[in-house]
Amino acid sequence: MKVHEYQAKELFARYGIPVPPGTVVATAAEAEAAAARVGKPVVVKAQVLVGGRGKAGGVKIAKTPAEAREKAAAILGMDIKGETVKKVLVTEAVDIAREIYVAVVMDRRAQKPLVMASAEGGVEIEVTAKENPSAIQRVWIDPLYGMHPFQSRQLATALAGDAELAKPMADIIQKLYRLYDEVDASLAEINPLVVTPDRRVLALDAKLNFDDNALERHPDFETLRDLDAEDPGEVRARAEGLSFVRLSGNVGCVVNGAGLAMATMDLVKFYGGQPANFLDIGGSSRPEKVIAALSIILQDTSVKSILFNIFGGITRCDDVARGLVTAFDQMNLKLPVVVRLTGTNEDEAREILRAVPAIHPAETMDEAVKKAIALAA
Amino acid sequence: MLIDRNTRLVVQGITGRDGSFHAAQMAAYGTQIVAGVTPGKGGTKFENTVPIFDSVHDAVDATGANTSVIYVRAPFAADAICEAADAGVRLVVCITEGVPVRDMLRVVPFLKERSTRLVGPNCPGMIAPNARVKVGILPASIVKPGSVGVVSRSGTLTYEVVYQLTRAGMGQSTCLGIGGDPVIGTNFIDALRLFQADEETEAVVLIGEIGGSDEEEAAAFITEKVTKPVVAFIAGQTAPPGKRMGHAGAIVTGGSGTAADKMAAFAAAGIPVAKIPSEITGLVAAAAPALKRG
Repeated sequence: MKVHEYQAKELFARYGIPVPPGTVVATAAEAEAAAARVGKPVVVKAQVLVGGRGKAGGVKIAKTPAEAREKAAAILGMDIKGETVKKVLVTEAVDIAREIYVAVVMDRRAQKPLVMASAEGGVEIEVTAKENPSAIQRVWIDPLYGMHPFQSRQLATALAGDAELAKPMADIIQKLYRLYDEVDASLAEINPLVVTPDRRVLALDAKLNFDDNALERHPDFETLRDLDAEDPGEVRARAEGLSFVRLSGNVGCVVNGAGLAMATMDLVKFYGGQPANFLDIGGSSRPEKVIAALSIILQDTSVKSILFNIFGGITRCDDVARGLVTAFDQMNLKLPVVVRLTGTNEDEAREILRAVPAIHPAETMDEAVKKAIALAA
Repeated sequence: MLIDRNTRLVVQGITGRDGSFHAAQMAAYGTQIVAGVTPGKGGTKFENTVPIFDSVHDAVDATGANTSVIYVRAPFAADAICEAADAGVRLVVCITEGVPVRDMLRVVPFLKERSTRLVGPNCPGMIAPNARVKVGILPASIVKPGSVGVVSRSGTLTYEVVYQLTRAGMGQSTCLGIGGDPVIGTNFIDALRLFQADEETEAVVLIGEIGGSDEEEAAAFITEKVTKPVVAFIAGQTAPPGKRMGHAGAIVTGGSGTAADKMAAFAAAGIPVAKIPSEITGLVAAAAPALKRG
């Protein structure tokens, strides 16, 4: 789960990481009032979960409250990579002497958290990694000990250049790791961490992603979730215990298991079609899950055919077949449906599906995909 | 490899819905289930035959269990893994999906200290058709005794590939699901090392997916250390970046972990890569012409 900059900054502040004061607002008038309270030039920043808002014009400096109003009006409602800006953060414009990058990520290869830092802040770390890889400092953390103070000192000394600045920087890095660990983050990033001309050190931006698997032990984080920024199909799917990602094609896919679901959409593309979605109905597919899956897919009007690819293991094919029969009864389904069911209880499933002549049966995954593409054309 | 007729299995979470169903399935296939563990239910029996204990330590002491399979809920899975390792179980297979990464980061060093191998979490486990032993949830109906090793990050996609191998007459030595999470106990390199050393295995099918760099490292390892033919397939060629595709580990981040990169790594190492699952059997036949088929 991703959260907005203003939400991440609230958590940063709770952990003692210094952030410039700011107010999140939803209207231009509120932006003007917020800027007036700051009493200095401000930055108006679009609050979106996608990256690249700066390049898209979602971050603007305003010297006066009136100007803040104007900039907020321009940014609110803006579309940034498919996400509509609903809120802006109005925050004090800070003079910058230096920009630094610091992040904690999970290193899958080392199976340890990794703290990355670079004196070239304000640039995406992927760009630094490509253009100047030696600028990136890396420190791996033993998850049993946590971050040793000497590790944060080492990084800070390399970044700061002088001992006086290294101290507050080490403190921030230490706190960032503690935050990452305690909130079950999968990414905690400050880019940039700035040094001001009067030598203060501040987190000018904040990015936090949470491990979805750990959300159960942080029930309060559910309130941080921005349902408006997510695809409604994905929100609905999560509530139903399904895994769904919208794509742009016209062949709707219902599959059990993530790997098979990916392979199915790849196969649609391979045979010249366009998959409309990734959808994993999960292990134990009660008939209600099939109905939920179909109603999520049917919300997308570009879908022209629906493909079921089920390999029964824990999932019983007869459960899926029953769900399909009920769906045909209840939903007035007009789109062609291609069904491939193999594995646990497939004979029973075939028998059940005889009651629905509108279903196009298929023996193999390849045959099912080709039929679904032809029917979508 | 990993499991055989000497496998003495303890099922952690044997009284739960999934645990009880799969314990019965594993026993029906031929696996020796010597114990179950559910804290608080010690002294009772599963299906009137398998003794249930309060702890893995008790189960190991009483039955000599040497392998464990875990079906407990995600918040308790890491603890269940550590308990099995501490009790001296040498192989722990964790089926549970949804284990927090932070928990797994603490499990990994704990297991290293005790020389316990973990497979999973979020995996279907493994099945050895020649010995008729399975630990996990892979359906026994689709396998066939033989000499192709299968290793995969996925569940049902593995079934699909195994089913196609079986239909093509290519039986399997061991089918091993290593799991779809970012932090897992046994990775592709570990599995390849085992298959290379396994006398029953003549060829290996590797099924990877987007996310991480395990496949790229496996390609390099194959070049250096694996003499048996390997055929690869990668799922998620059409996955959009930044989106988690079901599995917690299946995500393309910052332009890395793409299917294209992984396929290119295998191709560069001279390893045949199937573009679609139905090409796999043909590539195996070409790469291992001496493979026994039936």
